[in-house]
Amino acid sequence: MRFVDEYRDSDTARVLAARIAELCEPGREYKFMEVCGGHTHTIYKHGIADYLPEEVSLVHGPGCPVCVIPMGRVDDAIHIASLPDVIMTSFGDMMRVPGSNGTFFDSNSEGTDIRMVYSPLDSLRIAKQNPDKQVVFMAIGFETTAPSTAMTLLRAEREGIENFSVFCNHVTIIPGIKAILDSPDLRLDGFLGPGHVSTVIGCRPYEFIPRDYGKPLVVAGFEPLDILQSVHRLLRQLHEGRCEVENQYARVVPWQGNPVALDAIARTMRLRPYFEWRGLGFISHSALQLRDEYANFDAEKRFDLPGVRVADPKSCQCGEVLKGVLKPWECKVFGTACTPETPIGTCMVSPEGACAAYYNFGRLTRRRVKEATTV
Amino acid sequence: MCLGIPGEVVEILPDRPDLARVHVSGVRRAINIGLLSNDPPVPGDWVLIHVGFALSKIDEQEAAAVLRYLEELGSAYTDEMDALSQSMIE
Ligand code: SF4
Repeated sequence: MRFVDEYRDSDTARVLAARIAELCEPGREYKFMEVCGGHTHTIYKHGIADYLPEEVSLVHGPGCPVCVIPMGRVDDAIHIASLPDVIMTSFGDMMRVPGSNGTFFDSNSEGTDIRMVYSPLDSLRIAKQNPDKQVVFMAIGFETTAPSTAMTLLRAEREGIENFSVFCNHVTIIPGIKAILDSPDLRLDGFLGPGHVSTVIGCRPYEFIPRDYGKPLVVAGFEPLDILQSVHRLLRQLHEGRCEVENQYARVVPWQGNPVALDAIARTMRLRPYFEWRGLGFISHSALQLRDEYANFDAEKRFDLPGVRVADPKSCQCGEVLKGVLKPWECKVFGTACTPETPIGTCMVSPEGACAAYYNFGRLTRRRVKEATTV
Repeated sequence: MCLGIPGEVVEILPDRPDLARVHVSGVRRAINIGLLSNDPPVPGDWVLIHVGFALSKIDEQEAAAVLRYLEELGSAYTDEMDALSQSMIE
């Protein structure tokens, strides 16, 4: 019965599961996308899918920043790192993302100095400690992370640190969601909105989804009960003929977001005309680059980049997984050629990636839930 | 890297109002609280920390819930905590 204990409040979970089942109209199927990789993780870890009636399925979205980095950007980062006197810094999750000639780790074994940092501020500290080196921060992440890069840039400017620059790969969540909505492959009935991204951007930016696309969205927390409650709220909206943005995670997410964070982004960065997302292709206005005022801190301007677009490996079906068209285990190389130890695609690298989450927990949870719910 | 880790604010550094010393499951670290400058945390407050920055204030109950969630993640959480304990934000 470990499963039930894990649910914290198993009674509430059961009541919710029953209510969810009641709200399903017979013969109708409901497909909800969880945009955020953190949700994917919870869903697999706790076997949420098996708690839902058969009519309701959850599909995974593109909300894992490591998963959407295209190969060409990894190659560009390695190119910068291999220039003389460069120290590249990056979050740990990036270290194992394959570029067309291997990962950051592989590149280090050939002599580059790519260091893991916890925070962009650590990268700035390394720059101050190594005035004779160029220190570059490989910035990745959605709006959750972009403010931290922005604040670090403001600081670097204030202190006049000349040997620090940012290789900016920040992406913005809304165009990613819009690309999914515009894609003909998938019919969705609603969204579980990302939690942490929304602490920064708030709930307003999602309002076009009910308005223009007629789909409800519920911003959701990360606990298993949060997910069940949010699914319940989505179904209740559909049942009552409503279509709105709701905030299930109001205990953390303010409706207005964080204005200081948004201001820091706006001061240092602007939208790129377009950016490539792994598996999804080029999406317009979907990523951030440094403003011209910060050109001195822009690694893309400071160094000459090959900027070559590299096609994903043929065997890789990350794009389909990121769009929710394929389940991880439906990819031909899942669990055989592609594992967390030897990832072919990005979704297997980050723990928030759908493939890694399913590989680590999915199969296990399925079995356990079947046992627990038949008791 | 996408994790938000709860920490309890122990002190605001006297000469650096944008830095707070926080307690994160046994680890003491300095983090940046500049993103909360509209409503700065005080000692005793809990904050959600992401890549060295406090992203939002949370209450103690939420902090406990997030921590329980993180502990279950296994290596994703321990890797993040390792990274955090190597961090030296100044
Ligand atoms: S199994 Fe590997 S290659 Fe296939 S979709 Fe997942 S990460 Fe991509």
